[in-house]
Amino acid sequence: MTPLAAFLIVAALVFAIGLAIALTRRNAILVLIGIELMLNAANLNLIAFWRFGTHPEALTGMMFAIFSIAVAAAEAAVGLGLAIAYHRHKKTTDLDAMTRMKG
Amino acid sequence: MIFGLSIVFVLTSILTVAGALAAALLKNLVHCALSLTITFAGLALLYLQLDAQFAGFSQILVYIGAVAILVVFAILLTRGAGIPEYRSFSSSWLAGITISAGVFALLAWAVTKSLSASASSSAAPQVTVQQIGLALMSSYVLPLEIVAVLLTVALIGAVIVAMPESRTPKSESSQGGDR
Repeated sequence: MTPLAAFLIVAALVFAIGLAIALTRRNAILVLIGIELMLNAANLNLIAFWRFGTHPEALTGMMFAIFSIAVAAAEAAVGLGLAIAYHRHKKTTDLDAMTRMKG
Repeated sequence: MIFGLSIVFVLTSILTVAGALAAALLKNLVHCALSLTITFAGLALLYLQLDAQFAGFSQILVYIGAVAILVVFAILLTRGAGIPEYRSFSSSWLAGITISAGVFALLAWAVTKSLSASASSSAAPQVTVQQIGLALMSSYVLPLEIVAVLLTVALIGAVIVAMPESRTPKSESSQGGDR
């Protein structure tokens, strides 16, 4: 197995686990954790392709990963803020109980 | 060497995947957040093995330093007073696991089918932080500015959304009819 294939397999595993978390857990914060895991797996893919690609000195994949980290941080802040705001109103973070978000 | 892979890579990938699995399976939310931190650390180690030092250290700074702390704070703020969750998995968990296993099988099939032939291992690229900074300030300056605006807007928006309602009388009057 080549190193690139090994890194891609690890990234695929992390992505699948993140997808399983986002699809099966009932807590809203855990679903956000699953989405973070999927974004991280995509970042690992980007950096692996940058490292084993033909022009690593062009820095394209690296820059993509850095911007993706910044956007993921913003997404985490907004998502957790929403979860806290919903919990203040309804005293729950259970996704099955979140039937309305009008406040 | 295991299957042509280095021991360090095998250990870090096992750590990463085990942390992710623990986050998926544990009942206690705080334990989930801590195993998520282990996964972030493992991913940072994988970045360092890929000679991406800057990305590895920014992963440690952003994810372990900020996102994990944020997740722990959100869990502690939204937890009911010691009431355990009676059922932490959704009722359609079988379909979710089937879908994610199918996605993994598809990705693994595509990776092994397309990359089995070419066994090229190029030399490690010599990328310094100075080069990254120069690239960020020259050819990637527009995305950098957009990300700066996005981060500002998102963080201010998160604070406004999570702020207690008593400080924003406008939204209180608009939701009065729902109660």
